[in-house]
Amino acid sequence: MGELSLQHFLVLGAVLFCLGVFCVLTRRNAIGILMGIELILNSANLNYVAFARYHGGAYDGQIFAVFVIMLAAAEAAIGLAIVLAIYQGFETIEVDATDRLRG
Amino acid sequence: MTETHASYVALIPLLPLAGATVLGLGGATIQKRFGERAIGAIACATVAASFVLSVVAFAALLGRAPDERLLLAELFTWIDLDPLKVELAFAVDPLSAVMILIVTGIGGLIHLYATGYMHGDQGFWRFFAYLNLFTFAMLTLVLGDSLLLMFVGWEGVGFCSWGLIGFWHKEMANARAGNKAFIVNRVGDFGFLLGMFLLFWALAEVGDGTLTFREIQRQAHLLDGLTFWGWPVATLVTLLLFVGATGKSAQIPLYVWLPDAMAGPTPVSALIHAATMVTAGVYMIGRMNFLFAMAPATLAVVATTGVLTALLAATIATSQTDIKKVLAYSTVSQLGLMFLGMGVGAYAAGIFHLMTHAFFKACLFLGSGSVIHAMGGEQDMRKMGGLRAHLPATSTTFIVSTLAIAGIPPLAGFFSKDEILWQAFSSEHGSPLLYFGGLVVAGFTAFYMFRQVFMVFFGECRADEHTRHHLHESPASMTVPLWILMAGAVVMGFLWIPNVFTPFEHFLEPVLGGHHAAAAAGGHQAHHAVGVELALMAVSVAVAVAGIALAYLMYYRGTIRPEAVSGFAGGWLYRTVLNKYWVDELYELVFVRGLAIGVARMLAWFDAHVIDGIVNAAGAAGRGIGWLIGLFDAGVIDGAVNGVADGAYVAGRSLRRLQSGAITAYLYVIAFGVLGGVFLYWSLAVAS
Repeated sequence: MGELSLQHFLVLGAVLFCLGVFCVLTRRNAIGILMGIELILNSANLNYVAFARYHGGAYDGQIFAVFVIMLAAAEAAIGLAIVLAIYQGFETIEVDATDRLRG
Repeated sequence: MTETHASYVALIPLLPLAGATVLGLGGATIQKRFGERAIGAIACATVAASFVLSVVAFAALLGRAPDERLLLAELFTWIDLDPLKVELAFAVDPLSAVMILIVTGIGGLIHLYATGYMHGDQGFWRFFAYLNLFTFAMLTLVLGDSLLLMFVGWEGVGFCSWGLIGFWHKEMANARAGNKAFIVNRVGDFGFLLGMFLLFWALAEVGDGTLTFREIQRQAHLLDGLTFWGWPVATLVTLLLFVGATGKSAQIPLYVWLPDAMAGPTPVSALIHAATMVTAGVYMIGRMNFLFAMAPATLAVVATTGVLTALLAATIATSQTDIKKVLAYSTVSQLGLMFLGMGVGAYAAGIFHLMTHAFFKACLFLGSGSVIHAMGGEQDMRKMGGLRAHLPATSTTFIVSTLAIAGIPPLAGFFSKDEILWQAFSSEHGSPLLYFGGLVVAGFTAFYMFRQVFMVFFGECRADEHTRHHLHESPASMTVPLWILMAGAVVMGFLWIPNVFTPFEHFLEPVLGGHHAAAAAGGHQAHHAVGVELALMAVSVAVAVAGIALAYLMYYRGTIRPEAVSGFAGGWLYRTVLNKYWVDELYELVFVRGLAIGVARMLAWFDAHVIDGIVNAAGAAGRGIGWLIGLFDAGVIDGAVNGVADGAYVAGRSLRRLQSGAITAYLYVIAFGVLGGVFLYWSLAVAS
């Protein structure tokens, strides 16, 4: 097999990204969608760190990864708060049912 | 002249302004809460502080060499429109120093007097607000460093005069008198303005356009030979300025407002219509003397107008029975004498008479106020008499001041009037005729003033029982100013004893020039004249004594019955004088009825036919255009607006289907949209 190369990480990242997108598209449950988004963000993180590791020794990518983690935390907090608010209004968190703003 | 900057000079006018502001805005409240005393204290304190500063400035001037006697306080640039540049600056030179001492000194005494005189008046605070504002305006007039700033003060004193003449405005006659004073003054002010404009224009033509006095003086020689519509500019400018002076200083033909101005409270008559404001014209000629000196024609007009006014007013004064009207005509007459002095080039003598007159005439007016106060508002001298026993202080001061105005040596009026008469006789602009006119005026003055004294203070008391019972001397706040002013009327004359002791003339020399310079040019001529001068003095004293003697015989002893004199020549002479030569009626007929009403009728016709026609036509045109625009509005504008709205509605109805509310659907669109975008980009990249 040889050593781990950049391609391994990129393939893993792509797989993770596709899983995330699939999860977001197929889930009806709002929390499931949020989890899918987390997957997408983490796949991006993986790419950042990998590029940082294999292209030059700078810390740019890692710093970006830290930013994205922070962003994800904030997004999760706000997202969950929205989900809670939706539950109070609709008594459900099924996204298909929450269509009151439909035109 | 070298100047020194002294910013405290600016406080001299600004302190009374501060007082006027406080009293004008908060006077009613102060009077309600703290009483009249607080109002009087504020008003007197501001003027007293100005007086102290004036004395400081005066002392500062005395401490300098004659050509360095100029204190300047520049506040800021008021107007800066090239080439017109006006600094807001106040200047104290010997001439304005004399004036501010008079304005704040005598003005302060009159403020003090007024606290007693106006006691119990509802408008007490309003009176003192006006009085302080007047002091500010008058100080601006004399301290202003440019013709424009002087004009500000000039208008300001006119406004305050209007407000104070009509102070008791519930009486229609008082309000009318105020309006008359203001309107007549406006005629003169118009001349002043035109003179100022013309002077500025002419200076801009030949040098730098400026309105600052020293700059005008520096460039005055450039105006020599310059003409405007065939007239020498210097003559034209000075004539126009003199028109302004005839309005403010009550000379022919604009003197008619001053006698009516006696409708105001007596302190106002003393301060504004005797001691200060009416002398503004004399001061202005003194200030612009270098320009008047360039225009002998104007000087002749000034001297002639002065002596004619003096004669006219003196004759009218002999027939008046209102105690204040006599003094009013006397003021007009004395102002005429000042203009006579100015007109013969004796500027310092004119200013000297201005100062001594301020003392004795203020004293006379305040004394008459004290009499009116004691008589319970009665002003008719025929109902007075024998008041000397009841009003000892008032009568003593009044009689001494009368001696001063009559020209009895060694009181102030003798020296100042005689100097003018002497100069009218001996100056190169003078003539024996002018001198003779002045001499006749002096005789009349002595006569009518002593007629007044005998009618008011001597003989039988002709008042009714009730008034006689209430006769009382005025409070100290009123008599103290009388004593001080009387003292001034006694000693001020010693500042100019001809040929012996002339510090007053020397002091004014840097501004007005002295006749020493002229005498030096004239050689030994002045030397010979001393004998003539003494002889003329003796003549004028004799004339004054004759006037007094006549008054004594007619109104004290009754040896000559006044009716016998008034019946002379069928009585028409007396009736002419009694009715003031019918000048008021003439003006009423010509200007008010004839000119004003004629013009008004013409304008009314013009208004009804031309202006209204234009207005109506414009209205009809507007209505037509409005109808057209209405059509356009309904069709095009509204159509466009509705069309946009309809379009938006239709678009919205079809687009609303896109928003299904199903989040999953949105996500699919996003995902496939991104994929589609990437695919498109990729295929384009491959294709190129």
